[in-house]
Amino acid sequence: MAVLLNRFMAIGDETKEVHMRINRAVAATGLALCVAMSVSGCASDPKDSSGGSSGDSSNVTLTYWASQQGTSIDNDKEVLGPVLEAFTKKAGITVNLEVIGWTDLQTRIQTAVASGQGPDVVNIGNTWGVSLQATGAFLPFGDAEMEAIGGADKFVDAALKVGGAPGTDPGSVPLYGLAYGLYYNKQMFADAGLTPPTTWEDMVADAKALTDTSKGVYGMTIAAGSYRENAHLTFITSQQNGVELFDTASGKPTLAQDGVADGIMRYLDLMQTAKVVNPSDSQLDSASKAMPQFAKGQAAMTIQQSNADATFVANGMAAGSWGVVPLPAPEGAKSDVGSHVAGINLAVFANTKHKDQALQFVNWMTSSDIQAQLDKPFASLPVLVDGEATFTTDKEESATFLDIYRTKAAPLPLVPGEDQFEQAVGKAMNQMFASVATGSTVTKDDVMEALTTAEGTIH
Amino acid sequence: MSAQRITAQRRPRPRGWWVPYVIIAPAAIMELVIHVIPMVTGFVISLLNLTRYHIRDWSSAPFAGLANFITALNISTPIGQGVLHSFGLSLAYTVCVVTLAWTFGMVAATVLQRPFRGRALWRTLFLVPYALPMYAGVITWNFMLQRDSGLVNHVLVDQLGLMGDRPFWLIGDNAFLSLVIVAVWRNWPFAFLMLMAGLQSIPADVYEAAAIDGASSWQQWRRITLPMLAPVNRVLLLVMSLWVFNDFNTPFVLFGDGQPASGDLISFHIYNASFLTWDFGLGSAMSVTLLLVLLAASLIYMRATSPKENRHA
Amino acid sequence: MRDTRGMKILRVVALTVLGLFVAIPLYAMVTTAIKPLADVQSSFSWWPSRITFQPFVDMWKTVPLASYFKNSLIVASCATVASVVIAIFAAYAISRWRFRGREGFRTVVLSTQMFPGVLFLLPLFIIFVNIDRMFGITLVGTPGGLVLTYLTFSLPFSIWMLSGYFDGIPTELDQAAKVDGCGPMGTLFRVLLPTARPGVVAVAIYAFMTAWSEVLFASVMTTQDNRTLSVGLRQYSTMTNVYWNQVMAASLLVSVPIVVAFLALQKSFVAGLTSGAVK
Repeated sequence: MAVLLNRFMAIGDETKEVHMRINRAVAATGLALCVAMSVSGCASDPKDSSGGSSGDSSNVTLTYWASQQGTSIDNDKEVLGPVLEAFTKKAGITVNLEVIGWTDLQTRIQTAVASGQGPDVVNIGNTWGVSLQATGAFLPFGDAEMEAIGGADKFVDAALKVGGAPGTDPGSVPLYGLAYGLYYNKQMFADAGLTPPTTWEDMVADAKALTDTSKGVYGMTIAAGSYRENAHLTFITSQQNGVELFDTASGKPTLAQDGVADGIMRYLDLMQTAKVVNPSDSQLDSASKAMPQFAKGQAAMTIQQSNADATFVANGMAAGSWGVVPLPAPEGAKSDVGSHVAGINLAVFANTKHKDQALQFVNWMTSSDIQAQLDKPFASLPVLVDGEATFTTDKEESATFLDIYRTKAAPLPLVPGEDQFEQAVGKAMNQMFASVATGSTVTKDDVMEALTTAEGTIH
Repeated sequence: MSAQRITAQRRPRPRGWWVPYVIIAPAAIMELVIHVIPMVTGFVISLLNLTRYHIRDWSSAPFAGLANFITALNISTPIGQGVLHSFGLSLAYTVCVVTLAWTFGMVAATVLQRPFRGRALWRTLFLVPYALPMYAGVITWNFMLQRDSGLVNHVLVDQLGLMGDRPFWLIGDNAFLSLVIVAVWRNWPFAFLMLMAGLQSIPADVYEAAAIDGASSWQQWRRITLPMLAPVNRVLLLVMSLWVFNDFNTPFVLFGDGQPASGDLISFHIYNASFLTWDFGLGSAMSVTLLLVLLAASLIYMRATSPKENRHA
Repeated sequence: MRDTRGMKILRVVALTVLGLFVAIPLYAMVTTAIKPLADVQSSFSWWPSRITFQPFVDMWKTVPLASYFKNSLIVASCATVASVVIAIFAAYAISRWRFRGREGFRTVVLSTQMFPGVLFLLPLFIIFVNIDRMFGITLVGTPGGLVLTYLTFSLPFSIWMLSGYFDGIPTELDQAAKVDGCGPMGTLFRVLLPTARPGVVAVAIYAFMTAWSEVLFASVMTTQDNRTLSVGLRQYSTMTNVYWNQVMAASLLVSVPIVVAFLALQKSFVAGLTSGAVK
């Protein structure tokens, strides 16, 4: 073996020849370069990007990438299956469904955009709306397209706006609505003689009263290790402080300002000074990982989006034993925003060969009957103006979420750099929570510095 | 007549000269399609301002010259600092992982060199981490390293009482340590496998002769084993270093969306720069820089470690 | 000859430490797989509060595991066979001929190991799409594309390793074969391959493992019908829950056949080396 290995390392023994070899490699590379250029040059083959459509809908098969909304991929297929069958029956168009987990969806979409080979219709997280619209890969919903899917005015206005930069035709339309709420454990609040908080200060006071570390019980649980959640909360708290993260006109970030830093400090201090959050929460890297603690009574409150119910039940919490209020703003806040306009949008790829059929499908998916049918299993809020919240039988909960979604939710910055903001600020906050959890102190100056750094990476 | 002369003047091709070309062709074509063209494409992209606005049609991407390289390497900006931080981190990671994996592999191969009862069993056990699907192994570690429900803290804090406060392993500065441990766990069996094969090829009589001369075990290892393994080590250390340096999967699976700064290895950093922020030009510039650095380092390494007789030959 | 006392002590210590290091995660995997979900979400215990095989039942429902396992097996096997065959010929050429382009080929092969793999992703995807457009060979979303990718991932190291093996086999054997009337292929199959069998096995193991473990490319290049295990296992961690016990049960189940096969093969690999076939 020794001899063998020695031999196959011979390449390095002939270092004198290296220069010559590199020259040759460069020549070979040049050749390959030509090939590569010609290959990449036809990445968007005009033949395929015809938006044209055949009048005959029969025998058309649409490919539809659905994001995973339910408890498992199979579960999603079961829910969507009948909806798609009914569509095929009605319109004679077959839909080839693929349910894709969130971890893979963004990369799949990117490769589809870059190569021009993708599905006809795709679900996207609506916070990517403007970012993806900027690629030009999605069919803009102009007047004609809007009409084909039943008119722009059927959608809740705030939800529709998320689909594109201001003043442009949206690249996607709302499909499922979601919103943040503050979930609280009714029993724990009743036992302590507390009422659900209406201000941030109340929330912290209640959380302090409910924290009993000797029993391992905390006032709140948050996904402090998830950069997405942290970025969303940065947005919400800075909205409450009346400041914007981006200058919408120029698309430039305006992160390094007091209002943003104060908002982050307010959220951070739940763990740092109020100590109402278990330091362990710093390693919860997705919102769902904070759910079991709440469900098991180890935390009295949690900040979650409206589709959390099923997981609470799955973790042994009885339906109806939790209540929801809007995530409160501090006393005298500039705004009572308690959520971003969260949810899932539906987009049509610009180079679909079946534009009309794809629009028919979008119309079907966003029709009031189908919306009513899907809202319950996917626990989503209605994106249609005439929609009713059906995701839970708890009237109070649905009314609260509907109110948050319609009156207390603001869209995340409608600029292409939004995803870079989530990355940069969210991860910086992961770090800050980690520091707090391991006993260090994070000051406002530290936050300011992190924001300045984050601003420098957004371009 | 004239035709004959021309043939005669040309250097005659030996019979079957085409054979190597034919049999290497499949490999060459594969390398060209799957490695060379993407690499060259990477070079091209690094010179383009290929962001989300142009990704659909690369020909529309403005030529950026060396701007991406300047952005990536200007350490007075946050982006450049990020690259530098990740590069340093990957370097430290590589040194730690390769050193430990090699040491473990060497120790295990040495103690298992001579037959004894149960040797096959140990050898089998040691190879299991390499045979496990990567995801399965790393996610098990993720589970063990959880602060409250993990095995590691259960042992260290609850059972041994070594630490008062439950430490975090997946966030903060400890994340680096965790990353190294997991990577060593996954990689050392490969070193073990290679070294074991290398040791098998050392004839037993060499050791016997040394033992008769009164050499201790340590001396035998130092004077015989190590030099005889030099060629194996030379390759092993190089390929392991390259793989570990470019490791993407371990942090990707171990940290999920947590992404602690102390686990931001260069591959992962490049992936984020390219895919999460849609700046493929910048990401490619980082990759190309990395390639050049590694190429230079590898050539220096091979030159420095090439057997002496060859160097003077 | 006998082992010295120091050697024996070293052996006991080293084997204990390394054995624990290797075995503890394996133990955690096995015991977690037979715990109820509530157990794995609270603090760690060495032994389940009650043993349940429910995770082994549930795991099929959460994720279509059987189909992923089949896909992985197909992809990894095809990639391994193709990689080994192609590498054998390429290594043979490099070891036994001095031809123009030989060094260039070797340099390129080496340098591919230095490029971060993630950056291949996008160009490769685009190349596959264009191969489809130009030649009508569908590579994206089919096992074929993944096989092609993986076989090329393992190719450089395989070629390196095998050409080393071939170099170690004296050329006198080739000459003897030539005298016996063997052509170049005859020499390869009758002389070199039988001698280099351990090397071939080693390369096959390496190629298989490379294909078996890859996550990133598999997540982009496959659709639900041909998704591979390494990607499939990630789906136990859904947006709404993390099924630790099912992840471990599934990991365990898919690992067992691979580990067994691997260990069976490594025996012949090491045996081949010790038999003196290789100096």
